[in-house]
This record gives sequence, C-alpha cells and structure tokens, in this order.
Amino acid sequence: MSTADRVSTDGVEDVETFRQRARTWIRSNLRQVEPATLVGVLRNERSDEEELEAVSHERALQRAFYDNGLAGVCVPPEYGGLGLTPAHQRALREELAGYDYPSRLQAPTFSPCLSVLLEFGTEEQKLRHVPAILKGEEIWMQFLSEPSGGSDVAGALTTAVRDGDEWVLNGSKVWTTGAWWSDWGLCLARTNWDVPKHRGLTVFMLPIRQKGVEVHRIEMLNGSKEFCQEFLTDVRIPDGDRIGDVDDGWTVGTRWMVHERMLHSSPYVTIPDRTPNNGVGAWLTLAAARDSGHLDDPHVLDLVGEARMLDLVREPLQHRIGEAIASGAVSDQSAAIIRLFVGTTQARITTLTFEASGAAAAAWDEGDGALAGCGDDFLMRQVACIGGGTTEMARNVVSERVLGMPRERTLDRDVPFRDVPRSPSS
Amino acid sequence: MLLALSSDQAFFRETTGRFLADRAPVAAVRRLRDDPKGYADDFWRRGAELGWTSLLVSEANGGGSISGDGLVDLTLIAHEFGLRAAPGPLLPTNVVAATLSDVGGPGHTDVLDGLLSGSTVATWCHGEPPPGDHLGEIALDMRRDGSDLVLRGVKRPVEAGGSASHLLVTGRTGDGLTQVLVPADAPGVRVRPLQTVDVTRRYSTITFDDVRVPVGQVVGEIGGADEQVAHQLRRALVISNAEAVGAMQTAFDMTVEWAFDRYSFGRALASYQALKHRFADMKTWLEASHAISDTAAAAVSAGASDADELCSAAKAYIGEYGAELIQDCVQIHGGIGVTFEHDLHLYLRRHTVDRSTYGTPAEHRRRLAVIARDQEPAA
Repeated sequence: MSTADRVSTDGVEDVETFRQRARTWIRSNLRQVEPATLVGVLRNERSDEEELEAVSHERALQRAFYDNGLAGVCVPPEYGGLGLTPAHQRALREELAGYDYPSRLQAPTFSPCLSVLLEFGTEEQKLRHVPAILKGEEIWMQFLSEPSGGSDVAGALTTAVRDGDEWVLNGSKVWTTGAWWSDWGLCLARTNWDVPKHRGLTVFMLPIRQKGVEVHRIEMLNGSKEFCQEFLTDVRIPDGDRIGDVDDGWTVGTRWMVHERMLHSSPYVTIPDRTPNNGVGAWLTLAAARDSGHLDDPHVLDLVGEARMLDLVREPLQHRIGEAIASGAVSDQSAAIIRLFVGTTQARITTLTFEASGAAAAAWDEGDGALAGCGDDFLMRQVACIGGGTTEMARNVVSERVLGMPRERTLDRDVPFRDVPRSPSS
Repeated sequence: MLLALSSDQAFFRETTGRFLADRAPVAAVRRLRDDPKGYADDFWRRGAELGWTSLLVSEANGGGSISGDGLVDLTLIAHEFGLRAAPGPLLPTNVVAATLSDVGGPGHTDVLDGLLSGSTVATWCHGEPPPGDHLGEIALDMRRDGSDLVLRGVKRPVEAGGSASHLLVTGRTGDGLTQVLVPADAPGVRVRPLQTVDVTRRYSTITFDDVRVPVGQVVGEIGGADEQVAHQLRRALVISNAEAVGAMQTAFDMTVEWAFDRYSFGRALASYQALKHRFADMKTWLEASHAISDTAAAAVSAGASDADELCSAAKAYIGEYGAELIQDCVQIHGGIGVTFEHDLHLYLRRHTVDRSTYGTPAEHRRRLAVIARDQEPAA
C-alpha cells in the first residue's frame, strides 16, 4: 500500500475511507447515466430552455457535492475545499464512473480559472470566489482568444486603461463556450502598448452580466450556438479585481494555458473515469456500425477496433503524464502531449464513425439511430484540434518546451507592441 | 517503461543494462548477423544468472520476482532488450518457464531447472502457417493413442526453433486445446530455418509428422489448456510490447540527437518547424506506447477482466504507431538511415518482428472490435 492508502494519524481522511464515503453517497444520491449522454461533436440538440435547465441542474449537483464534502478535493480547506491529495481525487473519479456529474463546470471553471485563482489570486480574491465556485454559484469563462488571433494569445488587443482605482476595458473576446449562461470572466488585456507584447499584459476578472458587456452567440456550421463572442465597451473594473501585477499578465497567462492543457490531469477537475471525450468515442463508432447493419463486415470491424484502441490508450497516457508532472519527473509543459494526443485521436475517431455510417453520413432521418448526425460530426471534426489551443501550438510546445528544440523565430519579440505588424498593410 | 521504479527494480534494470552494454553492444550484435543461433550460450547463461528467466517462475520452483510482480519486472528486462536490440530468446524461454511453473508436472522439472540456469533453451510452438495463421487459430492435431500423444501439423514462425532443445507445442484435441513438451530431437520433428528481418532473432518452421510423446509430457490437461494458452499469449504480448517500446525509444532518442547535430542551410534540423512538429507527434506516440504497454502488463498481472482488451490495444497501437515512428526516424536521417552501417535499422528490425508476431495490428483491432461487439447487448 502506498503512504496515501494508510490510515493517517493526523486526522486526515485516508483514501479508502474517502472512497467508501464517496461511493456510499454517489450510489444513493446520483443517477446513473449512459456514457452517451453527450453524443457527437457539439451537436445542436437542445433548446435554450433545455440548456439553461441543464446548467441549473449542474449548479445544484455541484452544491450537493459541496454540502456532502466531495467538492474541491485538492483545494485548501481555508477556501472551502477538502485539502486532500490527487490520490483522493482519483478515487472520486473512479467512483463517479457511470454517474451524473456537473460536466459544464469542469472546463473552464475548475481548470484553468480556479487553478489560476489559487495560484495568483490575492487572499481576498480567493476567499470571495473559490468557495462560491465550489458551491456552484459561480461559473467562469476564459476571456482569452480574440477575433484578431487565436493562437497568438499574447497579441491581445483588448485594452485596459487605468482610471483612478478602476480600469476601463474595451475590446472583444471570442470562443467562450456558454458565456450566455455564465457568471464571471477571466480576462487577459493589454495595459501597455509601448513595451514588447509579453510585457504589457494584465489579467482581470469581471462579471459577465454587467453594463458594457455584450454577449453574442456565434452560430457554428452545424447550427450550435454554444460559442460566444463578447464586446467590451467602457467596462469599469475595480483594481481589486486585477490578478497578478500590472503588465505582468504573461506570467499569469503562461500558467493559465498550462492549466488549460492540464484539464484531464488537473487535481481540481472531476471528470469520471470512462467518460467519452466530447461525445466522441468507440461506443459511437460501434453504435453506428450496429445501426448500419454492417457490424460483421471485416472493414467495419476494423474501424470499430481502431476507435476502441485509441479510446483504451487515452487514459493510461493521461495517468502517465499526470503522474510524471505531479512527481516533478517532467515539467508541466508535458501536458501538451495529452492535448495533442486527445485532439488528433478524437478527430480520427470522428472519421472512423463517419466511415462506419456509409451514405447515412450524407443524408439521414430519425429512424437511422446512431447514424443520424455522424455527417455533421465529420464537418465539425477539427474542433477537437482547434478548441483549447490548436494542435499546432501543442506541437510547438512539445518540440520546444519538452524536447528543447529551438524556438520559432518571431518578429514581435523585442519591439514595442504598437509597432508590431498586424496586417499586410501595416 | 514505468516512470517510477522501486530501488530494487531500478538496480535490477541497471544491472541488465550494464551487462548488455558490455556483452552485447551494437558491434557485437552486428557480428551475430550470420551466426546460426544469433546468441552465444555463455551470454545466455550469464543473463539467466541475472534473473532473465526466473521472474515468472514461482519461488517453490526456484524462481522469484524482484517487486512481487514478476511480469512487470520482466517488462523492464524486455524494455532493455528493445533499447539495445539485444540477442537471446527472452520471450519464448519466459513463456515456457512460466507455463511449466504454473501447470507443469514432475516430468518437466529438469527442463524448468535448465531454463532457470540458462543451460536449456525451450520455445513455444503456437502460430501456424497461412492460411491458418489467424491469431489464436490452432489446427495441429494431438490424438491420444494408448499412453502416447500423437502430434501432426506445422508451426511457424517459431522463435529460437533451431536452438531450443524442447518445444512447448499447442495443439487441438477435439474441441479443446492441449499442450505438450516435446524434445526437439524426437522422431518426426523437422526444423527448417526461416529467413528473417532481425539481425539476431532466429525463426523456424517446425513440422510434426506423427510425433509420439508419452502423455506424461502433457503440460496441464489434455483438451483443457485453452485458458493456459490464452494466458501464455497475454504474457507473450506483454513481453513483446515492452521490447517494441524499447526499440522505439532508442530510434527516437537517436533521431532527436541527430536533429540537433545535423546542420542544413546553416541551421540545425531541430530548428525547422516542419520537423519539430513531426517530433512532437512522435513523442506523443512514444509516451502513449509506454503508457498502454505498462497498463496492459499491470492488468495481466492483476488478472483484470479487461486484460485482453488492453493487451490488444497495446499490440495494435505500438505496432502501428511504432512502425510509423521508426520509419519517420529513417526519413529524417535521410539516405544514411537505410544503410547497414547506421544503427537505426537494428531497432527498426526488432520492432518489425515484434509487430508482426503474436497477431498483427489489424488482427488485434479485429479482436478489440469483436470484444466490444459481444459485450454490448444486441439492440
């Protein structure tokens, strides 16, 4: 038995006791859900009313976790957490397998937003927001990407200008999932245009529902309207809602993105084991193969087998990298390996399911069972390689930060940000 | 390979690593190219003294593990073999020793003792010639005739078939499988060497032409060996996968080093984004291969219900992505990568034999699909 498995003498709950307690509560209070609750790639299947209902259900669920001592397993007790270890967190994930859980709160609320707050927030900020997050009262979004550039995050144009004890924000942020039902935004803004781009950024937090914040819902090619764009017009933020030092936002931002890539290995995130990623997994390939009537065709079996293979490799990889990061054996930049694997394999599994769907991928009706919608998923396939940082950026991180290869040459590093070219005409 | 080893495991692994670096450096491996056995008897005996063949054998039978989990310990050795494309019949001797320890009788003690000391080499005769070569397909006939068992059929490829003094043969008796230990010099046994891609591995076709063996040589029950055979296959897959990942690791490390040292157009290969991105993919496949290999090994050791799925996922993934990884290493080396002079091919060869034996990636994908299909209640 590992140290963490033994009953400790200092009053800290040991892993097995915690597991038993979690199991008892989960089995008598949570409903079992099919792994197929989420199907496909960002399918547009819920009405707004249903979506809002699901959000309030998940807030209540999170509150129930909190009230029963199962929220914030690795969060320090002074901020409402349990102060336990990643081994406890892992036990909770295992016990939750197959049960209902607040999926919408995991990303980005718990990671990266909560992780960033715990790492960089002031005592006052942490006391104000961390318990509220653990109770399901605050759902957070990242105000990070901008219309002017997705991967070049440090090239943010949203500007914050100081005005006494306040800051005035103007600009636009984009690709926030569900900002229309969320509460707070973690926002990267430019506070100095006269220094190189990484040295003129600052991080703020702001309530989303306030004067000056306009939330527009973006229609994706499949009709989904979960992604949003926000327009900030003279939004006033107290200086007390600044995270980290003025112009030192990139220190926060770098860690922010590490936490984003850490999603599946983060100690603050509670995703039950065997949860299919984004509704894409071998179970859907298998269902499509079965509903096509071709499940015994050798080439269809090969599609199912490949999807199953990729599914089975994912968790061991997440555990391996997660444990290596936790033990300090490798830097947390290695989380980009997981991001790259998950993105490319999810895209591949989407293709395999599409292949198994035959002509129904092009034209289907409700009687086609699991075949319905697989064509739309294929059109949306690259979402897995774009959302949460592109796989190209992950490849840069793996080659440069993990393997130590030379950094890409850039033209914006040592010049004032206002002189950086931003278009062919500049 | 596992990231976290106990100090005993780390010492055990280092001892074998040092021994192989000393006794089987690449120059020595190359010299074995035309050696009929592909390894020296003394080398193998010394390796056995280091524990290479005793990890899956019970203490009562003279074996023992390092950590309490002999199969996981053995993956450390197999990984070292892959890292160095090392010679020697690691997989077949361990599979046979484990089975003789599990279900062998008094008539098998001498062979088991010889395997433990390294003085005897035995091998497993499992796969059969095409078209009957699908994973798990066994047609070799084992018929009882009085106090004898009569064997008729063909096995291939049999690793170390030319140097093994004893053959653990898997055959069919009616609806069930039977295993028997056959002396390689028994009348009716014909061993014909095959050509192979590996520098030091040797494979044979072995024909059994009405070979008579006393029933005392049966290992386990006549017609009742199905589960034991399935377990042998799991062990073989675990060893093969760990070795294949070792070969991937060395090919990758060599190529990373090459990318830093090789300059074109005035800059290191490692500075080109087109190549950096391929290295990132390769690193991802490599870490995923380590992870699934170790997870499958632990599942087999624990007797987990998903052990077969994990073994097949590992074999299919490592086979497919490992081959792509090493071939991309060849590509990044350019012309030198396909010469005999360069060492890269030693690891490509080792990965290739590991990929192609005990079920190809396609066969393991099929097995995964069939398991998934049969687990799900029909709609």
